[in-house]
Amino acid sequence: MTTSTAIEPGPETLDARPALLTVENLRVSFGDAEVVKGISFTARPGGCLAIVGETGSGKSVTARTLVGLTGRGSHVSADRIDLAGVDLRRASGREWRSIRGREVGFVLQDALVSLDQLRRVGDEVAEPLRLHGWGNRRSRAERVVELLDAVGVPEPEVKARQRPYELSGGLRQRALIASAIALDPKLVVADEPTTALDVTVQAQVLDLLAASKERGTSIILISHDLSVVARLADQVAVMRAGEIVEFGSAHQVLHDPKHAYTQALLDAIPSEHTRGTRLAPPADGVSDVPRVRKIDRDRPVLRARNLVKVFQGPDKIDRTVVNDVSFDLFAGETLGIVGESGSGKTTTARIALALTEATSGDVLLHEKPWSSISAAARRTVRKQIGVIYQDPLSSFDPRWPVGRILADSLRTGSRPPSSKTEAQERAVRLLEQVGLTREHLTTAPLRLSGGQRQRVAIARALAPEPGIIVCDEPVSALDVSVQAQVLDLLTDLQDELGVSYLFISHDLGVIHHMSDRILVMKDGRLVEQGDAEAVFAAPAHPYTQRLLTALPRLAQA
Amino acid sequence: MTTITLPTVVRSPDWVRHLRARPTTVLASLVVVVALVAAFAPGVLTPHSPTTIHLQQTLRSPSWHHLFGTDEAGRDLFTRVVYGTRESLGIGVGATAIAMAIAIVFGFTAGLVGGIVDSLITRLLEVLFSFPALLLALLVVAVRGPSLETELIAVGVGSAPGYARMVRGQVLNVREAPYVEAASALGHRRRTVIRRHLFPNAFRPLVAVMTLGVGQSIVWASSLSFLGFGVPPPSPEWGALLDAGRDFITTSWWLEILPGLVIVLLAIAVTSLGRTLQHKLEGAAR
Repeated sequence: MTTSTAIEPGPETLDARPALLTVENLRVSFGDAEVVKGISFTARPGGCLAIVGETGSGKSVTARTLVGLTGRGSHVSADRIDLAGVDLRRASGREWRSIRGREVGFVLQDALVSLDQLRRVGDEVAEPLRLHGWGNRRSRAERVVELLDAVGVPEPEVKARQRPYELSGGLRQRALIASAIALDPKLVVADEPTTALDVTVQAQVLDLLAASKERGTSIILISHDLSVVARLADQVAVMRAGEIVEFGSAHQVLHDPKHAYTQALLDAIPSEHTRGTRLAPPADGVSDVPRVRKIDRDRPVLRARNLVKVFQGPDKIDRTVVNDVSFDLFAGETLGIVGESGSGKTTTARIALALTEATSGDVLLHEKPWSSISAAARRTVRKQIGVIYQDPLSSFDPRWPVGRILADSLRTGSRPPSSKTEAQERAVRLLEQVGLTREHLTTAPLRLSGGQRQRVAIARALAPEPGIIVCDEPVSALDVSVQAQVLDLLTDLQDELGVSYLFISHDLGVIHHMSDRILVMKDGRLVEQGDAEAVFAAPAHPYTQRLLTALPRLAQA
Repeated sequence: MTTITLPTVVRSPDWVRHLRARPTTVLASLVVVVALVAAFAPGVLTPHSPTTIHLQQTLRSPSWHHLFGTDEAGRDLFTRVVYGTRESLGIGVGATAIAMAIAIVFGFTAGLVGGIVDSLITRLLEVLFSFPALLLALLVVAVRGPSLETELIAVGVGSAPGYARMVRGQVLNVREAPYVEAASALGHRRRTVIRRHLFPNAFRPLVAVMTLGVGQSIVWASSLSFLGFGVPPPSPEWGALLDAGRDFITTSWWLEILPGLVIVLLAIAVTSLGRTLQHKLEGAAR
């Protein structure tokens, strides 16, 4: 909590160029809660400082401080916040307005909510130019097209006239970056600029920021993702609970971390290297034994044959979102489906669960008809297939505490509890199985953390004792260390219970870590499938190759 | 699952703190409590009788003895206001309940059945909605003739279309909620899902809306009475008091102003409580 947290930059990070931004002993609090506890750092022209941390580490608050947007009820204090010789500690609202956009550009995570839906993209990009009195209407319009072109937006004249919702996520993010660099600010603060993006688009956006850095812009990159950071950062500050626990060159922090927390974060990243190992430190009493998989390749528990799904859009045009997809899921196996947004992987999962009806093709469950039978007939076999969603909270009835959620699920199984006491006892056993305790029975899911909620969702899926669990992006909303624990839990449960997973994710690292075999989907089609090792080692399809090249890796740092 | 209840022990101090931070809520609760006492035990608040006529004390202005003054028949106005609370509040609550009942039937049918039924109900509601609520209410009075029951039904029918649209929207909202699908994915029957998830969750936000509606209904009922289409005299219902005092407005201001203020006060209090409830429920949902 004291000045001991102000870690001095090591000798290797010293630079002849003077610092553009110097922050010393920055503290930010909301009410009684101090969320940034005296951190110091510098940013140099043409360099990139990455601030890495998990939810609640204070990294986003730090970013917002640098643009004077900490929000209502915040209290900021610092010994020094200098931007090119200007003391920002005393800046008034009006002075901040002249700094933002001109001196400091700010890129936010979600371009869809950061851009005004009712205004044209071009007007949004021109906004900083207009506010700072740059040129006239016509010259601004020309500049906007130049900017959009510079950030790699195709057909910039057309896109400038469209509205944000008409653009894809990647294009919106690029428009946002264009607006942040419109006035060529010396410093760009990017808060999770690629988190909402697909991996190939993420690579393009990172390249864009790298190009900006080459031109001499100083970049402060806020991210929870160490592999993204590896691609861009020169220096890395690792934050935890409002303090910088480690600071150093990107190479040193990512390859030779000094602090145990950094090491744990790095270990928690799933990738090709982590297959068959635990991501999080094992709990007491659990030895880290290599896994023994018992996969029965003669017995498909779930079999999809030539699935096709056609949706009709509001414009009455048919769109084929799943196109001739066939696969087998064997007992005890994890089959990964990987693809970018819009590839049809979630629709495929929903068809497998018989929650969406396929336009043609069918699904067999334990070699018996499943998708083709009536909903009433399905109800009696539903207990054999469970589901875990990306957002567990919204999949729980908001009025129900954990115990009721589990009891309800237990009742749908083949051995429904005969009494309330038995239901409760079995709910407790389920909670213990997923690493929670009896105390959580009475808790409302709203009061649980993200990881705990996903554990409850797993317990609920396990309650009817299914042989198959469909996991639809089960860890995408979680911090990397929590993700590691949840992935470990899923693996342990598979070893213990022999369940099969149909595991859907956009994250190639997660897919590689978890899957025995993988399916790669693009535009509704299965472009590649095979053993995970084989596909990752020698991808046959150009799209898979592109995905793998785009994947940020620590090894490239 | 008897053991599963929310840890209210932990939450109640929170609640008390909220109340302290919101003096409006405390004041509003106080007004409603006084109104409830007036409705169920009017004798506690006033020693006089609402109907006893004192011809030697007509149209006295407010004084210590007659807080709200007296009317043209010498009756104590404060007492009449107190005794009128039961009818006014009753109409407010009753009419809202009627409106809600109608709204739930139509809203849930439209939202759950969908298709052509939904289209028909929605169109019908839109037609009704395009009439001012008071006009709908007057239509009911015209058909049935003025009485207490008519007033209840009139105000209820008048405000039902608005609620029905809200109920339908809620049902559509909750129907698409992931937890409803999750329940189906567990293998529950459709009617179990509707009973256990859809109904309670769609209904929850309406509780606050209903409370807001009570205040509105009180005002509308008073409007009807004021127009002479409400409870016939000598009832001390508040709108009727206003109607009766209209002839003396130039000489005896208190006959209009004071009952009017009481209507406004109770309507504001109930509405304010409704808002608080709404915020609480919305906060709890997310």
